[in-house]
Amino acid sequence: MTPTRKKRLILVMMVAVGVAVATAIFLTAVRENINYFKTPTEVATGQFNANSTIRLGGMVKNGSVKRAKDSLKVRFVVTDFKKDVTVEYQGILPDLFREGQGVVTIGKMGKEDIFVAEEVLAKHDENYMPPEAADALHQARSNGESE
Amino acid sequence: MLASIGQFLLILSLVTAAVLTVLPITGYFKNHKGLMRTGRPLSYLLFVLTLATFLILVFLFVIQDFSVTYVWQHSSLTLPLRYRITATWGAHEGSVLMWVTIQALWIAAVARYSRSLSLSQISRVLSVLGIVATGFLAFVLFASNPFEITNPAPLDGRDLNPLLQDFGMIIHPPLLYFGYVGLSVAFALSVAALIGGQIDEKWIRWSRRWTNLAWAFLTIGIILGSWWAYYELGWGGWWFWDPVENASFLPWLAGTALIHVQAVSERKNAFRGWTVLLAIIAFSLCVLGTFLVRSGSITSVHSFAADPFRGIFILVLLALYAGGALTLYALRVNQLKSTDTINLNSKETLLLANSLIFITATFTILLGTLFPMIFEAVGKKISVGAPYFGLMFFLIMTPMAVLLPLGVQLKWHKDAMTPAIKTLLPHLLIAALLTIASYYLFDGLNLRATAGVFGGFWIASTALAQWILYKGKTNASFIGMSVAHLGVAVFLFSMSMTEHKDVEKDILMKPGQTSEVAGFNFTFNGVTAVQIENYKAQQGSILVSKAGEPIVELHPQKRFYPKQQQPMTEADIYPGLTKDIYVSLGEEINKQGDWAVRIYIKPFIRWMWFGGLMMLAGALIALFNLRSKRLEQQQINTVMKDQLELS
Repeated sequence: MTPTRKKRLILVMMVAVGVAVATAIFLTAVRENINYFKTPTEVATGQFNANSTIRLGGMVKNGSVKRAKDSLKVRFVVTDFKKDVTVEYQGILPDLFREGQGVVTIGKMGKEDIFVAEEVLAKHDENYMPPEAADALHQARSNGESE
Repeated sequence: MLASIGQFLLILSLVTAAVLTVLPITGYFKNHKGLMRTGRPLSYLLFVLTLATFLILVFLFVIQDFSVTYVWQHSSLTLPLRYRITATWGAHEGSVLMWVTIQALWIAAVARYSRSLSLSQISRVLSVLGIVATGFLAFVLFASNPFEITNPAPLDGRDLNPLLQDFGMIIHPPLLYFGYVGLSVAFALSVAALIGGQIDEKWIRWSRRWTNLAWAFLTIGIILGSWWAYYELGWGGWWFWDPVENASFLPWLAGTALIHVQAVSERKNAFRGWTVLLAIIAFSLCVLGTFLVRSGSITSVHSFAADPFRGIFILVLLALYAGGALTLYALRVNQLKSTDTINLNSKETLLLANSLIFITATFTILLGTLFPMIFEAVGKKISVGAPYFGLMFFLIMTPMAVLLPLGVQLKWHKDAMTPAIKTLLPHLLIAALLTIASYYLFDGLNLRATAGVFGGFWIASTALAQWILYKGKTNASFIGMSVAHLGVAVFLFSMSMTEHKDVEKDILMKPGQTSEVAGFNFTFNGVTAVQIENYKAQQGSILVSKAGEPIVELHPQKRFYPKQQQPMTEADIYPGLTKDIYVSLGEEINKQGDWAVRIYIKPFIRWMWFGGLMMLAGALIALFNLRSKRLEQQQINTVMKDQLELS
């Protein structure tokens, strides 16, 4: 083998090994960190993996926000106007969190059908609705019409 | 009226850019000197026209011309003057116009500072830059025109998003864009070289300085963005792996690979095809980033309105630029054959490894960023969590940190591996001892933090030693490299501390209540209402003390902007050498004046940005490299002599 060929072979092998290792790590890391987005209807009817973190999006039901007296624990209901899911969260809610507006909560299903959120997002576009939440409502609406 | 002039200038700019795209390169192919010479004046004209267009838009904001749609949508009568000016680039239309204006500035700078390039070279470069400008000017004119008129004009505007009413907005976007767009120069140089079918060391030396400068701007832009997010968003985070952040980080990673490979390809005829390819990748990622930010295809904390037409427009541009350049690359790469051999035990090999590591990182982050879009195409909505990015980046960058000192230690061309490693061994010990000391000093560190701190000490110790040993080597490029690498060390250490040793507490506080966090006492003295400029605020008063000694009184605000009907959290920070004390207000929990208060202790967070500044300083110092200055002067003289002989 000529020196140039040998060098090229080493280079190609380095790249191949790099790509293989990266792909393997990538697949593992991605599998563990993909969060599926679910609508309240999907969560209420059990269409989700109970062990993994999911994103639940919808509307904060009017009059549903209840706070604890001496901690930052809070409960509220996320709805797509077909099904409701109660969410529990401890911490500071985002500035744009309001009843009657869109929200995305990230967490896992806990005991007694209460969704325990680690993170609450109330980011929005100009229509005060996170795209995912808007989608959930839209889906619920179009399903309702077709039924 | 003024808006119509702006519109007219915008059209003129587009026409000029189109002419710049066509004339010089036609001259090159027909070997027509007159046509080739049009490149420089057309570049200056393009810059003057786009700058005038941009300034008219700024002026429309200053005089509050609400007949212009873009102005009333992002300004209002109560908006202070400084934010009216910055509102120009506060939303989509204006920021794309700024993108093009800055690109035109780069084109003009290339035209002005390219005396070492021959006429046939510069005419190709300017025409390629012209293509980029044409595409984006067409995008401004047809898909994001800031001069659209509303009739009748509203009496007041909708106001600027409160988050953007901040000092960070004044400087972060322009500097970031300087870096972003600056990579178009490296791209144009590569494509122009491919058109000509040859690339020599003068060409790369010349391109290297522009890439360094663009990379420096990109670095400062990203640092400022991180710093801004930290104090302005009120969550105390400094990096979220958000698609929009990734959009700026991807070109930075590819650019880092590029500047390291250029160090080799400038010296010898090797890796030149790879250099060209990296330049194409880096700029394509800039355009892809623009697509990610502007199309709204991916859910992001940066809430920009989604507009499919804009998204498709940029995708078409991306396909044209990247597709065209890559096709050209495939056709011409054989003509860029390496003639110099590379020894396995040499600095060259390590620099190649560096570029492979950075490109691997680029594509892993790219995949994570695009994954939600791929899933969306098959009807599933997902998001990729920040832990994915954190873990991947940690794993990929570990070999980088390990190999960095070796790459600096090994000599060019040919060296022996064993002595180089032996020289470095004592530093392994020093780094280990310092890491153990840190472990005890900071009450234990987890695995990733330990690795990060160790990496930081390992790089710092070797970089300092190499600097001292080579003190005869006072050339700017070596000093620049050492400063930048010390910056990497500082960043690694402080990032590990900030990420893994921070304390975050959300507490319900009654007026008068004192809570202890990480050895500090925080006394909440209630909230008072204040009215400042164009917002009202509830201002909290929190006394921070330690062992009875008062340290500082912090005043975080919960602001309310009446025009936008939008609340905003303004944190108050007590910055320190070894830690920041960060306090922000959540919300009023009840009528008794109890508030949710967020208290953060962020160790060494300032050092992180300081490390970034050192990388930036390194890149800038390297620009003053005397060797390349001297070589360039020689080159200028040859070009001048050729021209004299020809005439």
